Amino acid sequence: MTDLETASHPENLRRVVIEPLSRVEGHGKVTLLLDTDNRVQQARLHIVEFRGFEKFIEGRPFWEVPVMVQRLCGICPVSHHLAASKAMDQIVGATLTPTAEKIRRLMHYGQILQSHALHFFHLASPDLLFGFDADAAQRNIVGLVARDPAIVRKGVLLRKYGQEIIRMTAGKRVHGTGSVPGGVNKSLAPEERASLLKDSYEIIGWSREAIGIVKSLFEQNLALYRDFAHFDAHSLCLVRADGALDFYDGGLRARRIDGTTLFDHFDTDRYWDAIVEDVKPWSYMKFPFLRALGDADTSWYRVGPLTRVGQCDFIPTPLAERERQEFLACADGAASRATLGFHWARMIEMLHAAEAIKELLHDDDIVGQDLVATGQRQERGVGVIEAPRGTLIHHYRVDENDQVIRANLIVSTTHNNQAMNAAIRSVARHYFDGREITEGLLNHIEVAIRCFDPCLSCATHALGRMPLEIEIVGAGGTALDRAARDSNGRFARP
Amino acid sequence: MTAPILVFGWGNPARGDDALGPLLVEWIAALQIPEVECLTDFQLQVEHALDLEGRQCVLFVDASLDAEAPFTVRPITPAARADCNSHTLAPEAVLQVYIELQERPPPPCQLLAIHGESFELGTGLSAAAKNNLAIASEWVKNWLSGTGCQLSVRS
Repeated sequence: MTDLETASHPENLRRVVIEPLSRVEGHGKVTLLLDTDNRVQQARLHIVEFRGFEKFIEGRPFWEVPVMVQRLCGICPVSHHLAASKAMDQIVGATLTPTAEKIRRLMHYGQILQSHALHFFHLASPDLLFGFDADAAQRNIVGLVARDPAIVRKGVLLRKYGQEIIRMTAGKRVHGTGSVPGGVNKSLAPEERASLLKDSYEIIGWSREAIGIVKSLFEQNLALYRDFAHFDAHSLCLVRADGALDFYDGGLRARRIDGTTLFDHFDTDRYWDAIVEDVKPWSYMKFPFLRALGDADTSWYRVGPLTRVGQCDFIPTPLAERERQEFLACADGAASRATLGFHWARMIEMLHAAEAIKELLHDDDIVGQDLVATGQRQERGVGVIEAPRGTLIHHYRVDENDQVIRANLIVSTTHNNQAMNAAIRSVARHYFDGREITEGLLNHIEVAIRCFDPCLSCATHALGRMPLEIEIVGAGGTALDRAARDSNGRFARP
Repeated sequence: MTAPILVFGWGNPARGDDALGPLLVEWIAALQIPEVECLTDFQLQVEHALDLEGRQCVLFVDASLDAEAPFTVRPITPAARADCNSHTLAPEAVLQVYIELQERPPPPCQLLAIHGESFELGTGLSAAAKNNLAIASEWVKNWLSGTGCQLSVRS
């Protein structure tokens, strides 16, 4: 993993450029740099453009921030809503009331549930059920529907259930305002609680079925699932004080590649003592790394479901914990280190979210009315949560006029930046023949990227944009080969 | 009771001309037409197939770099679309999901694509987009009249 950026003469490398997708600005691409033997030496994924987020926030009154940051992502706005709220809790010096914390947790579990359901049923399942080399026109949700309508129906309804939780806790279907500095502005109404509780058992059942799908795929194709896009990495996530999986709060736990603990229960309020953010001249994205281990090229790490499920001491709900044990035992632990293990871990987390939702719905605090706490005003606030894709950090400084004067965000996809590069390089080394871009190469790189489900900044609605384009450029800058996937999924060599 | 007409706009209001869809839908919502339900979201997703249930017709509204200015309108039919991530879904794919969920064809759907030019974070609508939005709004009002809606309430 340590030689991603260590080519001694990068000017002599041939470049393969893969241009995805429907970004309006800062469009993404994958660059593969080949050595003189036409082996893939470097992989660079440029898929997100987070430049400008901090400036977007600076100058705003702090109480506006939990609402406005939802505009950073249309897929996981609740994650930004809650991370910003946690930071602003510190600004107002508040310790949350039981009702406020449980409503926020309910909102967050709803978010995890709907996001993981969308990813698995809409994005990942077609890859897994049809095979990575299947026709792209078939290998999508529509093809999946044709094969098994029941799967898709459950996926849609799981996501809808999560969205309903968000609507009821955040107050609105889009741009909710439920979480505020120091607490929440609403709890559940009794009829809302009853409505959600009614479906909660079925949601748990469907989540268990989803685990069964991915588990059987692993068992049937163990070598492929174990080895595909394989790389070793350090890892980072939040854990609860007792070591349990916790999406909402806790301390940072980092493990080295060999599984030994680098630090544990690290105070998130001083995350910068654990994580350094590097920059590269070829990308707008930041390159975070573990301070104690060295530099960005050697000390990057992986976050997200695979890390969380493998790195916690236990999951505090019974069904998900049982599934975690089985996951960890599969192939002597190989599944929990496999890139495709993201899918299995994601479904275990979905089951945990479903169980935790049911538990909270039985807790009378969620209909309580003690919603907001106050305390002594502070200048600095740090909010860290585990978002669906991984650790999310919001950090703000606020002046005496209540304006945000500095903001720093490290989003999950940024944490996984180098890990995604490593996965792509692993795939490219296996499937690139050194001569031309093939549809098979394209397919497999897409599958690797989808394991992480990188977050795209939201302005993705330019209709008819080209979703994927690849180009090989020689060392002298000459284009040697070019291929594309059009918006209907067809592979073409223009 | 489900309103017979759905107008669904999507886009990020914080990203310049990406707000065209939601802004047009908000304008229609302010007309308070009883037969019309107005919905907006950041992005089109699979669960939006459920919003099509019980409609007589649906108008999707989005910003578009590629649509000819000021806007284009075309009927859309169910179709598969390939996506590389969970952040985008074509309206045609939503219609296909509807078929499989409900086991019948979706209601007639059209896509209104309003031409946009600038999608920077934290910016407002470009001058061209404002003009395109005004022209598209007039078209929508006329279209709604053609569907039999009572437009006299606040228009």
